[in-house]
Amino acid sequence: MNQAGKALAEFVAEGTEILEALGKDLLVLDQQRGTDPEPDLINGIFRAAHSLKGLSALFGQERISKLAHQAEDLLDRLRLGKLSLDDQVLDSLIETLDVLQALLAEASREVSSDALSGRVTELGTRLANLGMTSAAVDEDPLDRLELDAQVRAVFTEYEEHRLRENVRRGVALFRVRAAFDLSDFDTGLAELNSRLKPLGEVVSTLPSSEPGGASGIAFDLIFGAKVPESELAAKLQGTPAQLFALRVRPAAGGAPAPAAHAPVAQSVAQGSRQSAPPSVETPAAPKKPRKKRAPKGGGAETPDAVTESPVQAPLLRAVEQASPEELTQGVLEAMRMGESTSPPRAELAGPPVRTLTDEPVSPRGPRMENESARSLTQTVRVDISRLDALMNTVGELLLIKANLQRMVEASRQQEGSVMLSSKMWGQELSRETRQLERKLDALQQGLLEARMVPVGQVFDRLARLVRRIARDAGKEIDFVIGGGDVELDKLIVEELSDPLMHIIRNAIDHGAESPEARLAAGKSRRARVSLRAEQKGNHVVIEVSDDGAGIDELGVRDMALRKNLITEAQAREMSRRELLNLIFLPGFSTARSVSELSGRGVGLDVVKNNIGNLSGIIDVWSERGQGTAFHLTLPVTLAIIRALVVGVSGRTYAVPLNSVLEILSVKPSEIRTVERREVLDVRGTTLPLMRLARQFGHPERQNDRHFVVVAGLAQERLGIAVDELQGQQDIVVKSLGGRLQGVRGISGAADLANRRTVLVLDVGALLEEGMSLERRRA
Amino acid sequence: MGGRFQPMKFKILIVEDSKASRELIAATVESISGLEAIATSSGFEALKLLPRHRFDLIITDINMPDINGLELINFVKKNPNYRDTPLFIVTTEGREKDRDRGLALGAAEYLVKPFSPQSLVGLVRRYLKLA
Repeated sequence: MNQAGKALAEFVAEGTEILEALGKDLLVLDQQRGTDPEPDLINGIFRAAHSLKGLSALFGQERISKLAHQAEDLLDRLRLGKLSLDDQVLDSLIETLDVLQALLAEASREVSSDALSGRVTELGTRLANLGMTSAAVDEDPLDRLELDAQVRAVFTEYEEHRLRENVRRGVALFRVRAAFDLSDFDTGLAELNSRLKPLGEVVSTLPSSEPGGASGIAFDLIFGAKVPESELAAKLQGTPAQLFALRVRPAAGGAPAPAAHAPVAQSVAQGSRQSAPPSVETPAAPKKPRKKRAPKGGGAETPDAVTESPVQAPLLRAVEQASPEELTQGVLEAMRMGESTSPPRAELAGPPVRTLTDEPVSPRGPRMENESARSLTQTVRVDISRLDALMNTVGELLLIKANLQRMVEASRQQEGSVMLSSKMWGQELSRETRQLERKLDALQQGLLEARMVPVGQVFDRLARLVRRIARDAGKEIDFVIGGGDVELDKLIVEELSDPLMHIIRNAIDHGAESPEARLAAGKSRRARVSLRAEQKGNHVVIEVSDDGAGIDELGVRDMALRKNLITEAQAREMSRRELLNLIFLPGFSTARSVSELSGRGVGLDVVKNNIGNLSGIIDVWSERGQGTAFHLTLPVTLAIIRALVVGVSGRTYAVPLNSVLEILSVKPSEIRTVERREVLDVRGTTLPLMRLARQFGHPERQNDRHFVVVAGLAQERLGIAVDELQGQQDIVVKSLGGRLQGVRGISGAADLANRRTVLVLDVGALLEEGMSLERRRA
Repeated sequence: MGGRFQPMKFKILIVEDSKASRELIAATVESISGLEAIATSSGFEALKLLPRHRFDLIITDINMPDINGLELINFVKKNPNYRDTPLFIVTTEGREKDRDRGLALGAAEYLVKPFSPQSLVGLVRRYLKLA
């Protein structure tokens, strides 16, 4: 990667990290809707916006930095109590996060769409106008606080505001002084902080300017106490802290004298600033103080519009006179424009929700960028202890290499002389080989672990999108997440986000009923959509379920018949489960079918394909009136798998061991034919049998015994008959390029030890083949 | 590094909580030969580093999670051991008030993100009196 690409990747990685943290905090805020927000939470969100602003400014990402700046200003007012956290504010913040994510996505692809820029401008204006009512404060309560001007000069604006807020509310303020040893003052301070936190607010932590001796350091904590002084003093017993009360003069008739402090500090600042700027050779305009610039019209997007701030907001208010509906419409328009440059199609005139759903999930497709929960970064964060373990293993491998080298040397020196004992050589060699094998195993395991990330990463991102989808669809949804700590390969987690998004969107748009319909059906007003992950052996099962209207399988059947996807005869034979699974057939769904059916099946064939590409399978179950559940069964990792190597008609195949349940040895006489399908009776249940040779069109051998590999994924079972078993091996599955890619039943190729290349069976596809055979047997 | 015949390196302390920004500043500083950057994300860590090295220059952000940059500047400027060390503030657009306070407390220069590496290099060279 070149320098610029590297910088961009760095920016995207850190930006993603910030936005993820931001999203988590916003989610907490959202869940606490209606209660008084935690100052720390708001401050955390503010800091995230601030960091993002700084970061993006540093990398010249002006649109992001501008919007982050506007969000920061809003959050600033929020944390200063100038603005209360109502639904409008919270929704705007969440929308801001969405737009920031879209911006970051564009940045990562080094594009910049006008539609998104327009949205940034519109949203920025809205943010600036929120709560711009009570700005004027006639008297600064902070002036009543008896605090050394020198101390006050060290406060940031926020700390000053927090202090002011405490004075205004009449909170008792203290200076808590504590001296620590320089080597561990941070733990001491953390301890002190944890004692103080429950008792009030630590406004600022000031390292004392008085030298605390060679190895000591003193701090002044400015503290607003919720408890009386006596209780505070008691709680600080046993700590090095000393308590000094800060006096506040009464408000009435405000003494003008102390007010002089701040202006003095200010004028000093002005003086020294004058000397500084000429030396800074900042090439870009942003250095210019913004207040001097003439305000621009609302839509202007110039490089130095980064500096647009609430100061200009009143001038932009004309734009905001539009009704909320019009605004929403504008946003939707902007989103559509962002999705596609083609003119709106006829069906876009319907409810806006539809326009978003009738597109199939397209992996890496540009259309999903507004909506995708896919991460923008290829980075995996790894616990350092995992890397340490890997380093250790590498160290041990080096040791083995040294041993082998020593043996090579020894054998060279012995050459010519009598071979003393080749048996001893053999023993030593095999010992080293075993060691080598063990260490390589550990290395492999360690690397696989390093690739694992919690699925919660993608769940959290989805949770945010759910909010918006629900709002757009006019549904009231409780979104429940479980099992976020279950780990999967990073690659799988990323590839999952789009399919999951799609299923969840369907659940909200079509599964969940309107609040009125739910109440009429005797259900709770709010629909419930849940997303859960669970580890089951080598697989992870992800369930997306809702308690909505469910799928009408008869409607599905009629639709499939009308589209000639199945015949009448087949339809008669099909179980309820099979009927439901018809929604995954390609061609089943079109935008039109959405309104005719209960609404499932929008591009679900694509979802199924995506899951299939991950060697997973998807299954649906639904009860009319009760809800629908999708189950995605996925392997934990794709990178290296353990495989069973089997032989059929002289050819070799590998079967992923994680889907092998057991292996049977079967006599030909035990194979029965039921309705032209071969089956086996295994412990009282009937197992469909597939002869691999027949399936792949190889000449069949006459065996007196068959080996039957019983493969299973989720609740599907299939016996695969092969000629011989050759053993187990770890393989790295490589995808088949080009025209071999679509071969059914094969997921890829792998190298075996002795430079043989074999094909790897796609058990999921074979299981389906088995099912469809069953379907066709009539 | 640290070879006997090598001239002593100038040490620059960088305090900045944004990783990308911190690394960029460090890389820019180290692009000048003879300079060694010691970078940290926290004000606390900076307080610990100060007595352990003799820094020739300090570059600090203002908005940080533990102690803020202004407090760090104040601490440095009030302490006879460090007070002569030149100190630059790195700030973002819109925080003029904080920046002005930093300058009032004795910071020598300020840089507004995004700044060009050349401007930082120029300032550093000037303050370290490098050719």
